[in-house]
Order: sequence, then C-alpha cells, then structure tokens
Amino acid sequence: MKRERIVVAMSGGVDSSVAAALCVEAGYEVIGVSLRLARDGEGSCCSLDDFLDARAVADRLGFPHYVFDLRDLFERRVVQPFVDEYLAGRTPNPCARCNQHVKFDWLWQRTRELGATKLATGHYARIAPDPATGRPVLRAARDALKDQSYFLFTLTADVLAHTLFPIGEMVKDEVRAMAATLGLATAAKPESMEVCFVPRGDAGGFVAGHAPADRLRPGVVVDETGAVVGRHDGVHRFTVGQRRGLALGGGPRRYVRAIDARSGTVAVTDASGLHSRGLVARDVIWSAGSAPGTDVTLGVRIRHRHPLVAGRIVETTERTVAIAFDDDGPAVTPGQAAVVYRGDVVLGGGWIVGELAA
Amino acid sequence: MRIYLDHNASAPLRPEVRAAMIDALGATGNPSSAHREGAHARMLVERARAEVAALVGGEPAEVVFTSGATEANNLALRGALAASGHGGLVTTAIEHASVLETARELAAGGTPLVQIGTDAEGRIAAPDVVAACTADTTLVSVGLANGEVGSVAPLEAIAAALVGRGIVVHSDAAQAAGRIPIDAGRLGMGLLSLSAHKLGGPTGVGALWARRGCALHAQASGGPQERGRRAGTENVAGIVGFGVAARLARAELAATSARTAALRERLWTGLRAALPDIVLNGPAGEPRLPNPLNVTIPRCEGESLLVLLALEGVAASLGSACAAGGAEPSHVLQAMGRNEADARSGLRLSLGPTTTDAEIDRVVAVVPRLVAQIRRGAAA
Repeated sequence: MKRERIVVAMSGGVDSSVAAALCVEAGYEVIGVSLRLARDGEGSCCSLDDFLDARAVADRLGFPHYVFDLRDLFERRVVQPFVDEYLAGRTPNPCARCNQHVKFDWLWQRTRELGATKLATGHYARIAPDPATGRPVLRAARDALKDQSYFLFTLTADVLAHTLFPIGEMVKDEVRAMAATLGLATAAKPESMEVCFVPRGDAGGFVAGHAPADRLRPGVVVDETGAVVGRHDGVHRFTVGQRRGLALGGGPRRYVRAIDARSGTVAVTDASGLHSRGLVARDVIWSAGSAPGTDVTLGVRIRHRHPLVAGRIVETTERTVAIAFDDDGPAVTPGQAAVVYRGDVVLGGGWIVGELAA
Repeated sequence: MRIYLDHNASAPLRPEVRAAMIDALGATGNPSSAHREGAHARMLVERARAEVAALVGGEPAEVVFTSGATEANNLALRGALAASGHGGLVTTAIEHASVLETARELAAGGTPLVQIGTDAEGRIAAPDVVAACTADTTLVSVGLANGEVGSVAPLEAIAAALVGRGIVVHSDAAQAAGRIPIDAGRLGMGLLSLSAHKLGGPTGVGALWARRGCALHAQASGGPQERGRRAGTENVAGIVGFGVAARLARAELAATSARTAALRERLWTGLRAALPDIVLNGPAGEPRLPNPLNVTIPRCEGESLLVLLALEGVAASLGSACAAGGAEPSHVLQAMGRNEADARSGLRLSLGPTTTDAEIDRVVAVVPRLVAQIRRGAAA
C-alpha cells in the first residue's frame, strides 16, 4: 500500500525531532527538511551542527533528510523587514513573519512539489475542527508555558487543513522523554529562546550592522513633561517597556513609553505610565473565518508569553482592527503581533500600529 | 534498486581495491622502519607509487602521496609559490574549491592573482590564460577537466605557449584521471593533482605529481617522508588502494571511457526526447569528460528533483558535493553566464564503469515523470 507522504520541517532541535518521530509512528512516509536561513556565522540557528543533528535523527528513524538553502528568501522576507521595523521605531516579530512567508508558504509549495500532501512542524500548537463549521482552527498548545500559537496566527483554515503539529498535545518534559526513549541525539539539546539569526540576542547591534549609517535615527530621551533627560545613538536600540540600557543615570526606574523614529525621540516614564486602554492593529487576518462581533469579550495577546488581556473589538475595517481593553491594560509595542483568542482558539490577529486613542 | 549516478562526487570502491586494502590493513609496520615489517610496508607503498605514476605517464619518484586532491592542490599552490619567491598566480573561475579558495587566500596575502573566465560551455581558451601571464607570473593552475560540466582544458597548448618563461603549470586532474588519457610529460605539466576516490579507490588519499626538479616547499613539517615534500607516516592501506584503482583505471580506460560516453549520450538523447525544453550545461562536443551530464530543466526546482530522485533510488547531485548545508549556486555555471536561479538548479548525473543500460533507461523514464509532478505541484 502506498503510504501518505509528509514533509517534516526539522530545525535540529528536540521538538521537531519528536514531531518527525510521531509522523513515522503514525505511518506516514516522512521526508525531513531543514532550511538554511541565516547567513553564515550569524545567530544560533542553521549551523552545520543543527543540520547534522537533524540528519542523525532522520537516520535513526529511517527516513531521508535534506537541507534547502533559503538564505535569499529569508533575507528578503524576514531579515530586511526586521531591520526596517527597528529603524522605524517598532519592535518586529520575525518568528511570525517567518512562519507566514517561509515555513507555511514557501516550504508548503516545496512540499507539494515533493509529492507530499501534508507538512508537519515541531510547533507547540493544536489544530482542531471548529464545532460550528467543521473547518480547522488553531488552538493553543496543551503546554501553556511552551505555547507558540501566537506566532502562527496568520495560518488560515486552508493552511491548517494540510498542516500537522504533532507535539501540540504534549508538554515539553514528555517531548524530551520520548526523544530519550527513542535514542534521538537531540533529546537533551538546550533550547534556543532568542531570535535565531541575531547573535547574542543583540538586536540593536544586528540592526546597526545591517543598515546604512544614514538610516539610523539618533536623538534625545524625554520624560513625561517633555524635558530632555538623555541622548541615544539610534531608536533601533529601544522597545516599549525596556528598562535596561537607557543610560539615564540614577533616579527612579524609568521605562520606554513611546518611540518616534522621525524625530529620533524616545519617551520614558515611570512604571505607572506603562499602560494603555487598547490597541490598533493593521494587516489583520481573521484566520478562523471572520471578524468577531463587538459584543463579545475576547482574549488578546500583545506579545509572546504575555498573559491574555481581556478586551473587545470596537471597530474593524477590511484590514485593521481597534480593540479596547476591558480594564486599563498594558502598554503595547508597535510592530508586535496582537493575536485574538476566544478561549484557546486563535481567531486571528494583526500587527500593532499603536495604542487606542483616548 | 539503487542507481548511483554521482561518480564525480565519489566513485564506488572497487572490489579489487577493497580486497587489497584489507590485506594491507593486516600488514604491520611503518614504511620508514628498517625491520622486515617496515620493509614490507615500504614495498606496498612503492608499488602503489609506480601505478599512480604510470596512470599519468610520470616517474614513481615524482609522486607525492597526500590525503586527497584538496591537499595536493594546497601543496601545489602554496608550495610552488613559496618556492618561486611568491610570484603571481593565474587560474580560472571554474576550479575546485580547494584551488579557488587557496588562490583567494594567497591573493589576500599579497600574491598577484588573475582569474580567467570561460565560454558559455565551460571551456577555457588557451590564449586567455597565456595573455594573463606577466613577467611576475610563476604559477598557472588550470583544472584538466571540470567535474561539474565535463569541459576539458587545453593544457598542452597552454604549457607549450609558456615554455621558457619560468612558469610552472599545475593542473587539478582529480576528475580527469582514469577517465581521459593523461600524459603529464607530453602535456608539459609541472604539477598534477590526483584523487583516489574519483576512480574507484578509497577516500582520504590522493597525490601530487611533481615533475623532477620542480621546486616545492613542503606545507607540513615533521618528517622526511615523500622526499621531504609531505611529512607524516604514510596512509599505507589507502595508498595501496589508490595503487590498485590506478592500475585498473589505466588498463580499462579506453573501453570504460567509450562505454560511459555512449551511455551518457543515451541518457541525454532520452531526456531530451521526453523534455524538449531541457538545457545542456557544458560542452556539446569533444573534448569533454565521458561521464558527467549536467542539465537544467526549466520550471523545475533542482532541489525538489534531487530529493524525488533520491526517493526513487537515484543518487545524483546539484553541482559539486558540499557540506550538508544545501546547494550553493554553482560557481561553474555562474562563470558560464547562467543566472543564480539556473546556477542553483543544474542537475549533475555522473556515470561510471558500473553504470548499466538498464539504469540509464530507468532514469530516462523516471526523470520526466518527476519533472511533471514538480511542475504540477508548483502550479497548484
């Protein structure tokens, strides 16, 4: 009998290793694929060691493994926008962009060329049919600490229909235990938490190294009253809520409240100023179907691992959404994704433009 | 059924070679020792040296065993330039990485470097090489045959034109040896790099043939082995295997070469009939290597085709073999004027003495089917 062929995206880490093992166990004909994304010598991902780890797992589980070179596409669709966003005073979310443009678009295209009908990854998220429509929707992972549904909000039912997240029902310890039981070389491999292509987590340094000097926006740091309290060498070094690296000397703790790239102004506040009443997002995708109504309370995630904030939609247009938090909410970070949940189901999301005006 | 069409990455170890190597692994002794065991090991090494020398029409004393053609190329470029007081180097854009990158490093260290381009079929023109040589030039390095597209360089014409100018001519012959006849003396070479595993020997052993009197600075110190040109105890079993492979390759060269060329033609004709838009990368006529066929298939991603071929049991490659890091665009195809996308998609099918008619017919049947599948997937 001819088995159904599946491509498993393998980073060389333990999660995708176990995802592949589960696909083998489920009876699929597995093809392992690793993507070469970062430029040589940059960041923590895509090292030869990672590819060899993935290959060792493939060898152990008895399926073929290949590496595709995607550095050009990754540079164009992920790295360059990442740099541009920082230069514009926003804080980008490259993982969500990579999922949208690389893993679930380009790699899916490649998957079909390879005669496979499904694509699996080692993401912590779940796919389940919507009880109302029967169409697949994205749900948070069982392991709330590892949940990555935030980064996957762009995946629509069409995409989810051919996607598998085999470890979505597992907690991390179970994943590691299974890898160890199967004798996979990646079982105890440490986890990478930072942006994979940025060395040492130094986003500011990376941006400065990848942008022409005349695009950097140095300027002043101002407090709530507009008084200049410091200077900086570029807005790309800041994100909303940031405390470290402000170099304002002593005094009370201060946090970045807002960034204006045009004037190069970074506004700071004390902790009491770090709140907002809602947000506005653009390029919105209602991946579960259509925009929810304005009468329901929803959960909104404004950055990875941030607890859900209760709120409701006050206005939608074709591509934008305005959401009001039920209570006074956290300060939001332009450039990050705002992802809307009902319970643990992802309804959709967009990219934060700014806070909801009073 | 596995069909191995990647002989230019590495040819399968020949059974006769394997048997001789296993015997050699059973022999005790350092070839430099004076006792009987040592003398036996020495005899094994020297017998192999004579076979390797004969393959290229040289003298045994002119053969320096190395860990492969990469080391031989390093020794040739670094060793000859150091011995010549660091004159200039002329080479080409389609060399193996061990020449290209060594040349780049030498240039960064101050060696004047000129790189010659090719025509659209990957051929080097002798007058281009000769014209690039100046009074400072002391070394010319031009690969005898290109392993990716199969073009053969006019080494005899190059060497003849440079006679009397004090220029050493080096050629990386790793892909040529055993596939086309080589007479280093007649070609007028000074240095010639060889690899065992491209002709049915083991990986990890090669040689640099250095014409008697050709000055060469050793690049490793620590022993008088290989007449002071390559320190370190010899890889006895590997060298024995190289010797046997060289002997067989020389004895069978004419017959194998004719058979392989005919199979390659059958492959090309079959593929072209099924895929009218297929493009040949490399020379259409002689001189060329008999065994590689390099093609670009429009609207068909090379990487996808390679994976599907592997799943069908056909081992091929995109350009030259490299680390598990995915395919780089081929520098050879780029030098031939192909754009980056095409340079990434050149499929190399390299045949060998063990390739059969049935295997070629199967590949001719399989490739068009996979191409159609890829084109369907890409269009969906």
